[in-house]
Amino acid sequence: MAFVTATWNPLGEAFYRKTEVYEMGWRLSSGLRDCLVAAAPYGGPIALLKEPQRRSPSARPQLEIYSSSGCSMASFVWKSGVVKHLGWTVSDDLLCIQEDGTVLIYDLFGNFKRHFSMGNEVVQNQVLEAKVFHSPYGTGIAIITGAFRFTLATNIDDLKLRRLPEVPGLQGPPTCWAVLTQDRQSKVLLASGLDLFILDNTACSAVTPPGLSPQVCSIVQMCVSFSYKYLALFTDSGHVWMGSANLKEKLSEVETKVKTPPKQMVWCRRPKSHQPSVVMMWERHLLVAGDLTFNLCYGYHLDEESVLVPELDGVRIISSTHHELLQEVPAACEEIFKIASMAPGALLLEAHKEYEKESQKADEYLREIKEQSLLGEAVRQCVEAAGHEHDIETQKILLRAASFGKCFLSNFPAEYFVIMCRDLRVLNAVRSYTVGIPLTHTQYKQMTCQVLIDRLVYRKLYPLAIEICRYLKTPEYQGVSRVLKHWACCKVQQKEESDEAIARAVSVKLAEAAGISYSEIASKAYECGRTELAIKLLEFEPRSGEQVPLLLKMKRSQLALSKAIESGDTDLVYTVVTYLKNEMNRGDFFMTLRNQPVALSLYRQRLEARLSLLQSAVDEYNKAKNEFAAKATDEEMRLLRFQRRLEEEKGEQLLGLSLQDTLRVLLSVGLNKPAEQLYKDFRVPDKRYWWLKITALADKEDWDELEKFAKSKKSPIGYLPFVEVCVKKHNKSEAKKYISRVTPEQKVKAHLAVGDLEGAAEAAIERRSEAEISMVLSRCLSTTDRGLVDRLNRARSTTAKK
Amino acid sequence: MAQPGWRDAPSPPDFSLLKRLARDQLIYLLEQLPGKKDLFIEGDLMSPLDRIANVTTLKQHEVDKLYKVEHKPIVSTSDQLCFLIRPRVATVKWVSDVVNSDKAAGRFRRYKIIFCPQKFYVCDAVLEEEGVYGDVTTDSWHFYLLPLDEDIISMELPEFFRENFLEGDQRWVETAGNALHLLHSLYGPFSKVFGMGRCAKMAYESWRELQEESEQKSRRADIGTVFLVDRDVDYVTPLCSQVVYEGLVDDIFRIKCGSVEFGPEVTSSDKSVKVMLNSEDKVFSEIRNEHFSNVFSFLSQKARNLQTAYDKRRGMDIQQMKTFVSEELKGLKQEHRLLSLHIGASESIMKKKTKQDFQELLKTEHSLLEGFEVREAIAYIEEHISRQVSMVESLRLLCLLSLTENGLLPKDYRALKSQYLQSYGVEHLLTFANLRQLGVLVEQQPGETLTVMESKVGKLVNDKTAGKLTDAFSSLAKKSNFRALSKKLALVPKSDEEYDLRVPKDMAYIFSGAYVPLSCRLVEQVLERNGWTGLEEVTRMINRHEFAVGAGGGGPEGGEKTDAQRVILVMFLGGCTYSEIAALRFLGRERGLKFIVVTTAITNSGRLLEALLDH
Repeated sequence: MAFVTATWNPLGEAFYRKTEVYEMGWRLSSGLRDCLVAAAPYGGPIALLKEPQRRSPSARPQLEIYSSSGCSMASFVWKSGVVKHLGWTVSDDLLCIQEDGTVLIYDLFGNFKRHFSMGNEVVQNQVLEAKVFHSPYGTGIAIITGAFRFTLATNIDDLKLRRLPEVPGLQGPPTCWAVLTQDRQSKVLLASGLDLFILDNTACSAVTPPGLSPQVCSIVQMCVSFSYKYLALFTDSGHVWMGSANLKEKLSEVETKVKTPPKQMVWCRRPKSHQPSVVMMWERHLLVAGDLTFNLCYGYHLDEESVLVPELDGVRIISSTHHELLQEVPAACEEIFKIASMAPGALLLEAHKEYEKESQKADEYLREIKEQSLLGEAVRQCVEAAGHEHDIETQKILLRAASFGKCFLSNFPAEYFVIMCRDLRVLNAVRSYTVGIPLTHTQYKQMTCQVLIDRLVYRKLYPLAIEICRYLKTPEYQGVSRVLKHWACCKVQQKEESDEAIARAVSVKLAEAAGISYSEIASKAYECGRTELAIKLLEFEPRSGEQVPLLLKMKRSQLALSKAIESGDTDLVYTVVTYLKNEMNRGDFFMTLRNQPVALSLYRQRLEARLSLLQSAVDEYNKAKNEFAAKATDEEMRLLRFQRRLEEEKGEQLLGLSLQDTLRVLLSVGLNKPAEQLYKDFRVPDKRYWWLKITALADKEDWDELEKFAKSKKSPIGYLPFVEVCVKKHNKSEAKKYISRVTPEQKVKAHLAVGDLEGAAEAAIERRSEAEISMVLSRCLSTTDRGLVDRLNRARSTTAKK
Repeated sequence: MAQPGWRDAPSPPDFSLLKRLARDQLIYLLEQLPGKKDLFIEGDLMSPLDRIANVTTLKQHEVDKLYKVEHKPIVSTSDQLCFLIRPRVATVKWVSDVVNSDKAAGRFRRYKIIFCPQKFYVCDAVLEEEGVYGDVTTDSWHFYLLPLDEDIISMELPEFFRENFLEGDQRWVETAGNALHLLHSLYGPFSKVFGMGRCAKMAYESWRELQEESEQKSRRADIGTVFLVDRDVDYVTPLCSQVVYEGLVDDIFRIKCGSVEFGPEVTSSDKSVKVMLNSEDKVFSEIRNEHFSNVFSFLSQKARNLQTAYDKRRGMDIQQMKTFVSEELKGLKQEHRLLSLHIGASESIMKKKTKQDFQELLKTEHSLLEGFEVREAIAYIEEHISRQVSMVESLRLLCLLSLTENGLLPKDYRALKSQYLQSYGVEHLLTFANLRQLGVLVEQQPGETLTVMESKVGKLVNDKTAGKLTDAFSSLAKKSNFRALSKKLALVPKSDEEYDLRVPKDMAYIFSGAYVPLSCRLVEQVLERNGWTGLEEVTRMINRHEFAVGAGGGGPEGGEKTDAQRVILVMFLGGCTYSEIAALRFLGRERGLKFIVVTTAITNSGRLLEALLDH
């Protein structure tokens, strides 16, 4: 087993190992030179944009998306503006941040999803540099503009742009900057020469890292750890300062003896490790800097241009040919594989090896462990170490040893071993070259199986996702069904297949899966403009409550109504009926109801329910001897029945209107007969009816009818109202027709209403009423005929004398 | 009427202290929940809150986002939620729903409910019933009084009227007592308290208990006299059409929390403008109490003055111009803006009021108040319904008719009621029941039967009891006998003489000289007599419950009054109108007194009746 430690390098108290994950499948003609590269954490996809600065239309840059193993997933010519930065969101979407602050979002397969802008200030001053960061709130973007101001969005799915305050005295671009997440807030840390500033929503505060060596003049590079807990600063004197991100504590400081700033610097730190370490990369040189007390660092030589991808528990190094993982050797692995280790795990592994060789030494080793009663610990070490190994053979050897040791323990709980076996099987499956998700066990546990399934779904690796769900016995609702739903939603978007074929394929696949919502799939189909397919899919939806709303949304009201009736759910029928009543014109509504007797009877029943409630009100009023109220309620019931009959016969919406409003509607649409009948049945006072009728006729501008009505019999309200309603509709010539019939007392008013001053003056003088003459005078303007005014004044003075 | 020897009215005490106290307590309560939090505010608390603390102040105390309570599921990402609400069952239930739905979603947050102005027992009961009592912390923000102007303080509790007088729910009485206690401890001690009405008495008792519990601090009083009036003492006044400028603005545009939104028809631009209406508006403060017929001439005079002031610029040298620009111009510009707004509002009022034949409406109201030509008034009301002018207006006239006429004749009552129901829906049976319960719109008891009964029973008992019986019968016949009251207190001036609205001679000017508001007349009379002596007949007609505390003996006091004694706080329980405030201001000017009006809410006929609608 000596070869396991071959790739190990000591640094301080710990060892570091660099293991190859993949040989890259891509064929890059010019390597990673002149490329914008973005690789998502957790073994996510890699995006490449070659020569992003090229602008000429003849030679546009190519955007390529690969899996971590270098399998091509998408490739297309970039036709938009100049891209400044690429990044990935937590849900595997690609963010392309352009020079003008526009952010374009693509999915894994290069399909455009949406875009948004980072604000006017960014448009004006252009993006100088951008960073994509992840926090508990989602994926965020930070931008520094040409005017050296920062704009920040903490979550791109709930976009709220924050413009951070100005940094006092900042003349040029900062030498380096990074985004921190502290106190549930995203902040920017920036260095300008030796000065460090923290920018939050409201303020810019200067900070100093404790114990920074004195010969430093400028901080040239900085990086924040994956967990935002630690910070590393690289200075122009070649020192690396490491400390906590809140700048309260210094962990270590290492002299690298290299003065040029590294091309990339990232943290490489396992959770719970005591040793801070930072990986720096120059053109062809990689350096791991560690503990203060040892002031140690060691270097690797790189054969070609590479990119560092920080991970939770290490750093991935991607070059045009290889993909490697650099990490601190996990404690369990170190214990077992360290040369001449006497740890229980190492002994157990040895024991098992002897056992395989059928040697009695196996027993000796076992005894040695058992005497210290460390067998349980030994098994645990072997299982844990297996989890951290990438090589399948090594995993197997360790697991076999654990299994062997377990035989000699009576009460060792099996879950730990079983779960690790399962996890490893899943991990090995997703690590395979074709899938290309090189997750470590620590990352997998952090990320959870749910998220892994999501990632597989994003990559449309449905069969593998389902396989994993089944293998892990995830509850159907969260597991298999969810994957199938995504599959179906993807399937309905395939334009080349016919509706029938898709519907059949979906139904066959989804047949036995529990908790599938066909309505969700159908609404996806509807969104893609495939209404017919949506209806076909809805046929499979067992819950009518889910079918009906979507059918209504698709304007298939007839179908919705029959589905609702089939369901036997009266509430659902009411929902549809109320919806139809608002959407359709009255005639169609009743025709629809007539074809659906159940709905019609339900519609009637609702009215019946109201009538029966009113009846009980009548009974109670009678008991209380409130005759008036009883009668009024009784009339209301009569009115409701009358309205229902009219609704069904004539298709006018009347139900629930007051008597007055019912009459108004009837008269306005010319249903005079029923109106007359109501007027008689309910003994509407003549005056009110006349008012109502003439207003309705005037509103309709039915002047002939109005005249006829005026002549039908003597008006109980006089004829001034006729004049008034005509004037209200600006028809003075019609109004004049009625003036002669107005009573002498109101004549002046009538003349004034039509604007006939002379007529009004005549009438007023004739009546010898001082008040009326004054009223006419008050309406005279300076333009009025002087003679008329004089006559009025004379008349007034004579009447006043009397 | 001004008597020689009266000094000018004293200036009112500084009520901004009330705002400061409320703000400090609110900040203290917000600090009790440290860290960022989202604040949910009950809709009708928003404007009052805005007067106390603006958004910046709230943000300073770590309020992250502000939401209006809408009784819908919430969308908040904050871990701490704070609810600033009225102690209403529906709102507390909604908060419980929010908590419960978070629980169901496995979400953990901290919740704090701040009740304004106080928590009621029922709130805790609801929280307990919904199973969230332990999940929320509760507190009370004792924001009882909001100064709307230098002489108006509102409790901003419009529901007080319906809940107390119609539904008999007396929980707000204690709140009124607390408000009085607050005023007493800041501006007291009050040396005299007069009251009229059941609720007034209860509020007084509630306050007195509080006062006995707390220690007495001797300080120089700012306010000497307090007068408590129940709204149900006088329904006639708030139901009359308002004709003083401020009242008209309220009737037409609805003043909300001391500010009004003038729509495009007033601003003659395409946007609305919100204007604060108080004494700081120099134009408004001069016309608010004026009868509307004077407003136009005043405004045009003002406009001419303004033009003259502007014209001064001509012929100025540079130095003068400089002083003009720096000192006067800004003030003139401001005045110009306000003036054009008020002219716009007046024009808009004119347009609306002439369209509906406002003069005839007023004539009808006046004849109802005077008791002349009642049949014509009834015919007018009938036509009003026939023409479908307005649901609330018709109801208002019906109520006014009933109040002034001791109820409607059974025939009229039935006819008008069924006309109304046919027009606006049978649901209004409930509205009519409410109005009858309040005694605002009733059917006349057949008068004869009562008198016959009275005489029959009267023969059987001795004189003393007979007197009591008469009282009982008269109160049975009618809750408030308006006509008799009007005669006794001379509420309706003689109509034969011309009333000069430009130089008002009494409080009647607020209703074009047709009627002195009963509520204000009572205040005047009691202050004049320093008690209820001599008003026994009047109090009997308005159901007794009058009281006077601290008034030494009967008859007017001799000697000069101190400033504090000339500052009189009038508290309306159930709301008061701007017209009543105008009348009291007039009275104050006449008598050298300063009236401070405290009210549960500013009301008008529309608000009063809408509170009683049930449909």
